[in-house]
Amino acid sequence: MRELLRDAEHLIRLGLLFAAGLLVFLVVRAQLVPAGFGELGHFRAGAIGANQEREPRFAGRAACAECHGEPAESLAAGGHAAISCESCHGALAAHAAEPAEIPGFAATARALCVQCHAMNRARPAGHPQVEPVSHAEGAACTDCHDAHAPGL
Amino acid sequence: MSVDRRQFLADTTKLLLLTGAASRAWAFVEQGRPQDAPGYDVHRHWWAMFIDIEKCIGCGLCVDACKVENDVPPEAHYSRTWVERYHVPDRDPLDPLAEPQPRVDSPDGGRHGFPEIYPPGTGGKSFFVPKLCNHCAHSPCVQVCPVGATFESPDGVVLVDKDYCVGCRYCVQACPYGCRYIDPRTQTVDKCTLCYHRITRGLTTACCEVCPTGARQFGDLKNPRDPIHDLLRAHKVQVLKPQMATGSKVYYAGLDAAVR
Repeated sequence: MRELLRDAEHLIRLGLLFAAGLLVFLVVRAQLVPAGFGELGHFRAGAIGANQEREPRFAGRAACAECHGEPAESLAAGGHAAISCESCHGALAAHAAEPAEIPGFAATARALCVQCHAMNRARPAGHPQVEPVSHAEGAACTDCHDAHAPGL
Repeated sequence: MSVDRRQFLADTTKLLLLTGAASRAWAFVEQGRPQDAPGYDVHRHWWAMFIDIEKCIGCGLCVDACKVENDVPPEAHYSRTWVERYHVPDRDPLDPLAEPQPRVDSPDGGRHGFPEIYPPGTGGKSFFVPKLCNHCAHSPCVQVCPVGATFESPDGVVLVDKDYCVGCRYCVQACPYGCRYIDPRTQTVDKCTLCYHRITRGLTTACCEVCPTGARQFGDLKNPRDPIHDLLRAHKVQVLKPQMATGSKVYYAGLDAAVR
């Protein structure tokens, strides 16, 4: 045993050197690795929260129906029941939050109708389509159709 | 701070046995109120999307809604989602062994619809394919990120940590579906987040919100009551590039073999 510890001084120095190296490593690592890294995986856990921060621009149809009950009901009863209000009227979360300050958007008919109902071979066969130029000779779609409850 | 031996042993055992997240949750269990784990719980969801090709009419409302909802730059090559029109011509009667090559176009990402370019009588078949990030469970983009700035969230959404992205573009190259771009304003990568700010508030994604035919359906696979289970059961579904084993969570019904 005594034989083994004869040169203990060297071992102690070596040990101190290792300890100092370890300390430097730990300090540098603590400085460089961001908070929350590795908590849920190989990423900063706080990034999940950062992705949730943005405010929605589309309010969703439930928010519309709170004030606009009548058009929402006629929409739900007709052939366009599956379509959300904001599909045609645009993103209106701001209007839903402050209805008095920010006006809603009245959908302009023809361009919107044509976007879904213009003749196109790539559309599924059962989807109602018209030739926009010859159909009704340029009259406004809403002259004959109600966008909320389509049909004649 | 004084720590007795018993406490030290308990803490060390916990540290060795539990991951970071589990030990944080354990704190609530010890206090006798495990239900108090705050807000939206990432571990209780597994988000997915279902797309029915036979319902898509190529109106482009989803593309436009995504741009508006997420402040995506207007140019078509910055798109989190887009719609492609496939046209598969008939076989050439003079050369019946030649495989017909599909033609794909996506004017402005499909944002303003598709002008008809295949007049009736020219044969072949056409259809629309909406595309977006496939939110792979084993994502190639996550594997190549050198700084841990892109990751699979525990709820199955592939997200970007914009504060740590260095804009190296490795992930843009790695994505087999071409779903990533560098945001020209921040020079960091950007991609579909499945409208993470909406779904964590209980809303659906912007594209699914405005889809007029229900071709896009969004759902939580961990919620047994979610209608997406019925859709997946009632249809024969496929994912894009299954041979790459990315664990894609965007399921397509009625997908043609020509789609890449």
